[in-house]
Amino acid sequence: MGTFQIDFGESRKSKIVGIDLGTTNSLVAEMGLTGPRIVEDPEGRKISPSVVSLAEDGHLVAGEPARELLLTHPERTAYSVKRLMGRGVADIQEELKLFPFRVAEDSESVIKLKLGGRTFTPPEISAVILRQLKDNAEAALGVPVNEAVITVPAYFNDAQRQATKDAGRLASLEVLRLVNEPTAAALAYGLDKRNNGIIAVYDFGGGTFDISILRLHDGIFEVLATNGDTHLGGDDIDNLLLNIALEDVQSEWGEDLSGDSEGVQRLRRAVIRAKEELSFTPQAEIQLEYKGRRYHRAMDRALFERLIAPIVERTLEPCRACLADANIAPGQIEEVVLVGGSTRIPLVRAAVERLFKAKPHTELNPDEVVALGAAVQAGILAGDVEDKLLLDVTPLSLGIEIMGGVISKLIHRNSTIPASATETFTTAVDGQKNVLIHVLQGERELVKDCRSLARFDLKDIQPLPAGLARIEVRFLIDANGILNVTARDARTGKEQSVEVKPSYGLTEDQVEAMIRESFDKAEEDMRERQVREAQVEADNILAATEKAQRHQTWLALNNDERAAIDSAKRDLQNVYHSNDHHAINRNIEALNRATQNLAEQMMNTAVGSALKGTKID
Amino acid sequence: MRHFVLGLSWPVSSLSKNFYDFFGFDRKLRVDPDALQKRFYELSRQWHPDRFSRKSVSEQEQALEATAILNDGYRTLRDPVKRAEYLLAEEGFPIAEQRSKDVPPELLEEVFDLNMALEELKSGDDDAKPQLESARGNFDAMRAGIDKDLQQLFGKYDAAESRSEEARQALQEIRGALNRRRYIENLIRDVDRALDPALAEPLEDRL
Repeated sequence: MGTFQIDFGESRKSKIVGIDLGTTNSLVAEMGLTGPRIVEDPEGRKISPSVVSLAEDGHLVAGEPARELLLTHPERTAYSVKRLMGRGVADIQEELKLFPFRVAEDSESVIKLKLGGRTFTPPEISAVILRQLKDNAEAALGVPVNEAVITVPAYFNDAQRQATKDAGRLASLEVLRLVNEPTAAALAYGLDKRNNGIIAVYDFGGGTFDISILRLHDGIFEVLATNGDTHLGGDDIDNLLLNIALEDVQSEWGEDLSGDSEGVQRLRRAVIRAKEELSFTPQAEIQLEYKGRRYHRAMDRALFERLIAPIVERTLEPCRACLADANIAPGQIEEVVLVGGSTRIPLVRAAVERLFKAKPHTELNPDEVVALGAAVQAGILAGDVEDKLLLDVTPLSLGIEIMGGVISKLIHRNSTIPASATETFTTAVDGQKNVLIHVLQGERELVKDCRSLARFDLKDIQPLPAGLARIEVRFLIDANGILNVTARDARTGKEQSVEVKPSYGLTEDQVEAMIRESFDKAEEDMRERQVREAQVEADNILAATEKAQRHQTWLALNNDERAAIDSAKRDLQNVYHSNDHHAINRNIEALNRATQNLAEQMMNTAVGSALKGTKID
Repeated sequence: MRHFVLGLSWPVSSLSKNFYDFFGFDRKLRVDPDALQKRFYELSRQWHPDRFSRKSVSEQEQALEATAILNDGYRTLRDPVKRAEYLLAEEGFPIAEQRSKDVPPELLEEVFDLNMALEELKSGDDDAKPQLESARGNFDAMRAGIDKDLQQLFGKYDAAESRSEEARQALQEIRGALNRRRYIENLIRDVDRALDPALAEPLEDRL
């Protein structure tokens, strides 16, 4: 870019963004000079629905356009996919009763969803949402975005975290850190500024519930304990109301609407609208006009609260368990932060106030606070924010299967991460060459009640009489809450090969294949993108040239030089819409060369006047 | 699955793996919790992986390693029982797991009665409840007594010259006290589970 680099060089630095990949909505935020801020999409929207649809032309679309398609083309559209991340078919039988997920028959340890005629895994669908947020951020910030901090529910297990990381990778985003949502919210509030004490974050979102208790100390956010329910959220309230409305419709219209996916979607929207209104008004109506018929039902807040009381109560049990784990009495909590759309419900606020005996913080928009916190964490990783540090914990105990189907715990829940444990294994039979280790997550004592993470096969063990081999295995939970395993022969110190069979989630080969496939498809997108980037650069140099032509130096150039610049400018303008980024770039270079002398002259003048300036002073 | 083995190799770093050394503390059994917490925060600021995301891969691995030692160490040193068990193992007095299965002689009678009561309750006889509740109280008192003894023994060890006969003596006594304590803890757990079946399974796993 020749000497014009002075003008544009700095602004092309890449940026780490913070992303809240929510069950219902997703947001992207950046750390600006004055603090974190939400990045808007080209239409000026801050919130993007976590909906993905396979459009008629075979493209995957995410966000608001996909939400529209949810009504007209529900069979090609997926929502609340976060509920399926890192889970197997057996896990989601309950969900299937409530959500119209169309699961492909060949799904096993990884669920595959049918959209139109094609199938996608949950990480692939989440990747479409992430890619759109990435594109929005690049458009708004004018810089490449290749790295991100993504938030996850604190109570997500290893497989769910890994699935989220996979989604980032499929969207060409390097996930520098997975941050727990409640912790991110605490960061966004910046409570450390005025407070050294104990706080609680109550995060009741669309699909998940988390509670975290933290100690703040001079910018350190130390999580003492966390608890939650990865399948409890506003969705459950929606489903409750939806079922009531469906029953109503059946008795009024004599027709079961539950098999009609468009009808169900419209009714779902109607109950959500009523639910949201009831947070602000004492009475709301559930209204549906569909296929020439009309359903109408008034609901007052008292009835609404009676209906949802059991759901709100379900959030309090994890809160009490969390307090016990943190060894904190409710009265010691100095401040409570509310996160997630469901905390707008007055009954929820009242329950939180009663339990923690503290007036909850609600200054920040509960829909935005997690993304803002993710942006702060991005600033920490970038080195821009130096006074804050998050010390998070693992929400679930990690253990291995021992004799009799029992679990031996190696790393306990609420251990600050990174955390590690080392265990020595031996052989049971003479000459045994393999040892299989089954790793699980959970609090129960029997293998069958815990979540299987993976089976590690220690291979090529030197054949020895039974019991002589000594294989040391090291389990390490990293700062993302994800498990890493390494092994070595304790006698020789030689690293031991480990083969891993994940119980849930994609294998390395599967992720690689998906990335390759998306690259093929992305080639086209890539070309479009290169054209767009070249055009942005062309805009910059054309604007700079025009600005220079109004500068006094322009008049000092000779006629030939001025004509050459004008002609190079015209050439660039001519190829600007050609869709050929090579041609655009070539002409940018040409204009650059033509204006080099002009730029140097202008620099000299600028330096000259600056020097003059110092003399006068 | 790649993430389980993400190129990490067995740590061979030069970092001290002894928790006391890592924190820069003397190998004493009495530790000032405020000083420990302060040091933990300082070392976290120095070593947390968040501080190394723009550094080389080897520096990142070292930070991960250091933070794992730091966190594991903080968890161990801030809890008096874990701290004592750790120091015992480091000094060559490992806590023998199987020992705790032998009933401490002074508890023989108590444990016999307790097992009877637990059986009665299991077979649906609620009359055993008051007996269990009083046993629960006894065990609590015993545990508190042991904790007091431990404090005293900690002081005795800290005052003795390192690896002296006196220090070894203190460690042996501590080991005995810890084994008795573990035994009583298990009894308390059994009684609590019998009294409140909801405790029999820790908070339901919501995965």
